[in-house]
Amino acid sequence: MMLKHIISMRDFSRDDIDIILAKAKEFEQIARGRKSGLLSGKILSTLFYEPSTRTRLSFETAMKRLGGEVIDLGSIESSSVAKGETLADTIRVIGNYADAIVLRHPREGAARMAAEYSKVPIINAGDGAGHHPTQTLLDLYTIMRESSLSDLKIALVGDLKYGRTVHSLAYALSLYHADMTLISPRQLQMPDVIKKDLKKQGAVISETTSLEEVIGDIDVLYITRIQKERFPDPAEYQKVAGSYRITEELLKSARDKLIIMHPLPRVDEIDPAVDRTKYARYFEQSFYGVPVRMALLVMAMEAG
Amino acid sequence: MIEKEMRVRPIKHGTVIDHITAGQALNVLRILGISGTTRAVVSVAMNVPSGVLGSKDIVKVEDRELKEEEVDRISLIAPDATINIIRDFEVIEKFRVDLPGQIEGVVKCSNPNCISNTGEPVISRFAVNKKPVELRCIYCDHVISEGIAEHLI
Repeated sequence: MMLKHIISMRDFSRDDIDIILAKAKEFEQIARGRKSGLLSGKILSTLFYEPSTRTRLSFETAMKRLGGEVIDLGSIESSSVAKGETLADTIRVIGNYADAIVLRHPREGAARMAAEYSKVPIINAGDGAGHHPTQTLLDLYTIMRESSLSDLKIALVGDLKYGRTVHSLAYALSLYHADMTLISPRQLQMPDVIKKDLKKQGAVISETTSLEEVIGDIDVLYITRIQKERFPDPAEYQKVAGSYRITEELLKSARDKLIIMHPLPRVDEIDPAVDRTKYARYFEQSFYGVPVRMALLVMAMEAG
Repeated sequence: MIEKEMRVRPIKHGTVIDHITAGQALNVLRILGISGTTRAVVSVAMNVPSGVLGSKDIVKVEDRELKEEEVDRISLIAPDATINIIRDFEVIEKFRVDLPGQIEGVVKCSNPNCISNTGEPVISRFAVNKKPVELRCIYCDHVISEGIAEHLI
């Protein structure tokens, strides 16, 4: 499979995704600490124009556990970016130092443009409200490992309007013909253009505002954070945020094999008491970011 | 009969753009760079009854043949348009506009946060869906489906 740059889930077929997930499984032991020198002598550059903790750290962990090195830009304020250098120039310069570049940028489409200028593989770690494909791949991997991607019934809960992870995930799940229930407050419903696209790919989609209605009928509950800043009225936010809080009480009618996922960080969407239940998988999910990113780094560096 | 004669009165040299989506004639003029100060002989007919389209607009420009990029731009706002090239009162070439699969540097992305709307050295590019006409930004995936004329560069 040709995988020079990793920009958007739209570039992947279902076969491509299956290959990546299978490869990630091979790396799980290394992600847990078994020694490897597979990327020894290789250098990864992380280029984060926006703050990120887990994405950056899990890329660094993946690279270092495979025996490679990581260089980073340092703080944006003290770098060439602060002097007004274009992204296109920064990419061309760093491409002379590193074997691959992980990029997070506040503008949508930044990674696609960077790929046009880069001679080394670009891995998109989030471009504005656009794509975040490595998050989607680790979400799929979590579902594959902890539940199943076939005949999947999943509920996507929270901010379905602006949340980039959830659009990307819904698109990928449509390739697996998943049965998706979209649960969100009315003002944060998934845009029609995205729903239309998902149906075209073969997804079964239904929409509701009530989590209680579907909790007994799903395999995966994927909840995302509702951002306060989306609401002009704080009282309105409180009302909405409270309505999608996962508690032990709510889970009483859940299926035995239900798993709960969250891209983290959480605020108060999931009651900490839920962490102790058999349903919680969000910390496993954050671990799976490492083997998945290992697979991507290896595939990208082999192709590059 | 008289009405018909007035609308399609032949021109000696130039281009007749027919079957323009009703309401788009002025946008076609804008694409051709024809404003109130033009010296060219231009005729415009709007909302003309048409068998195929229900109603259509027509633009005739004398002593001018269109460039390929002008035809591409017209195809975005009037995908059924036909172009007739006239020399010595004869139609020497007649063709329907054809939407290209991809356009470059023609339309500005309507997403203000798109990388193509920054100081980066990048030309806007869109993948074109033909029916209905929809443009998907190659960079940010933003879709423009209405009011394409407003986003023409």
